[in-house]
Amino acid sequence: MDNDLADLYQELILDHNRRPRNFGEVASPTHAANGVNPLCGDTCKVTLQVRDDGALEKICFCGEGCAISRASASLMTDALAGKGRADVERLFTDFIALLTGEGDVDHEKMGKLAAFGGVREYPMRVKCATLAWHTLQAALKRQQAPACTEEDEGTARREAPYV
Amino acid sequence: MSSATAGPQPTLVRRPARAAFDVTARRADFAGLDQQVHGKPLIYLDSAATSQRLRAVVEAYAHAATYLGANVHRGVHTLSGRATEAFEKSRRAVQQFLNARSSKEIVFTRGTTEAINLVAHSFGRSQLQPGDEVVISHSEHHANIVPWQMACAAAKAHLRVVPMLHSGELDLQAYAELLGPRTRMVALSHVSNALGTVNPIATMIAQARACGSAVLIDGAQAVPHMAVDVQALDCDFYAFSAHKLFGPTGVGVLYGRQSWLEALPPYQGGGDMIATVTFEKTTYNDLPHKFEAGTPDICGIIALRAALAYVQAVGYPALAAYEDALMAHALKTLGQVPGLTLIGTPQQRAGVISFVLDGVHPHDIGTVLDRQGIAIRTGHHCAQPVMAFYQLAATARASFAFYNTTAEVDALAEALTAVRRMFS
Repeated sequence: MDNDLADLYQELILDHNRRPRNFGEVASPTHAANGVNPLCGDTCKVTLQVRDDGALEKICFCGEGCAISRASASLMTDALAGKGRADVERLFTDFIALLTGEGDVDHEKMGKLAAFGGVREYPMRVKCATLAWHTLQAALKRQQAPACTEEDEGTARREAPYV
Repeated sequence: MSSATAGPQPTLVRRPARAAFDVTARRADFAGLDQQVHGKPLIYLDSAATSQRLRAVVEAYAHAATYLGANVHRGVHTLSGRATEAFEKSRRAVQQFLNARSSKEIVFTRGTTEAINLVAHSFGRSQLQPGDEVVISHSEHHANIVPWQMACAAAKAHLRVVPMLHSGELDLQAYAELLGPRTRMVALSHVSNALGTVNPIATMIAQARACGSAVLIDGAQAVPHMAVDVQALDCDFYAFSAHKLFGPTGVGVLYGRQSWLEALPPYQGGGDMIATVTFEKTTYNDLPHKFEAGTPDICGIIALRAALAYVQAVGYPALAAYEDALMAHALKTLGQVPGLTLIGTPQQRAGVISFVLDGVHPHDIGTVLDRQGIAIRTGHHCAQPVMAFYQLAATARASFAFYNTTAEVDALAEALTAVRRMFS
């Protein structure tokens, strides 16, 4: 594998693609949402058990996707399990900044999520890495419409009336 | 180009010899093939999305853009006359290319998509009644699905879908049963863009016409590979895009049987499509201008002629014979890649091979191949019903033109073997 590709497909990412963690659905979830990337057809479902204090007690994902989106979802669930809402928001913001190269990111605080730093060099793949995160946000907001990588965060997806 | 004042004519076609097909010589006619991507020689296997562009097309475009800077069908000045002459020459070239009866039957559009929308809109508005039926197939590109959904919704007509078999071929028995007294339009692709299946359209057109239906053929994936004779096919409409035929983007062709084009109302209103305009009443221009509102892509349409002249000079028999051998080699070679499954196994195939690789998502295949200079398409190929049929979100698709080589096929197979190893 050439060096550029090794930056994108780091061993940690390949491993989480092969053996995704927290794959499936949380039993009796308090929150759930679906996500879709209409450009490639990838799907993601995130289910949560949120404690009264807002912390993520349990988090699972399932769906169809490429190695980047699968590993991103898997590592997201690992990183966020047990975290409070403020930590979740901070990691979300840092993760987006890491992928887009906008803003300063403290790689130390990102832990394993820093493995996605190579995605920045592949602009066409950034949405693969953000799908699970946008789906998580939709679940936390109890959004009815699926999260969609082609829209601004929080905007409901419009369905064509004749389809 | 030597002299600006004379408006020199470019050599539209470097006429290749009609004898044996010489792929090295043909590749030299496409400047874009001779470049590196990520430090590797480009292997372009995405011609079904858009083909590489002929040097002759680029030269013809540049000549028109430089020396024919005038509008068509309008001015009395010399440049406008020259532009109009070159523009209409292209129309006659398309007429001859498709063997249409008259150049009035050739309408220029922005592409196949706009050509289908034109027919769906004008036909739907004037011909479809509540309860009428439009027949399409399961393997259509979205461009031959959505316009008909819109037309059917507006007219309260029903959309009927010819089912597909696991081979990627259409279920012809079901097709025969779908046709009936309410069938007004049958819209089918000549070649499936997602699977490469060549549909038996001659028979299907005859069946549709026998029950009184009009027929539209989406020929976007066919014209790069095979000669099309609209009189022999006896279809009512045939659409294709210049950019898949080694020509410019932004140009499409709609062939329409003259009686239909005369009967249908215009698609868009504006300049060029009118005869007279008053606030009380507007009368429409003659064919084909009735369907060509506004200033078209003049340079692109003029340049299309260079592409048509080129493929005719090479000759479809020579081109098809070369491609058949190339596709046979590709199917055999890719079939031997461990973990690779071909999606669709039609008897008649042109240009396209769709596949999946065990344990590797198509997008990851696409990214890794790209770093080795190999361009393929990954995703749903604007044919989501086909993906749903095979219960896939996406496939990888290698598509070929006569400028591809067996060495490129071998490089693809080798790269795919490495991809699988990397992700396992």
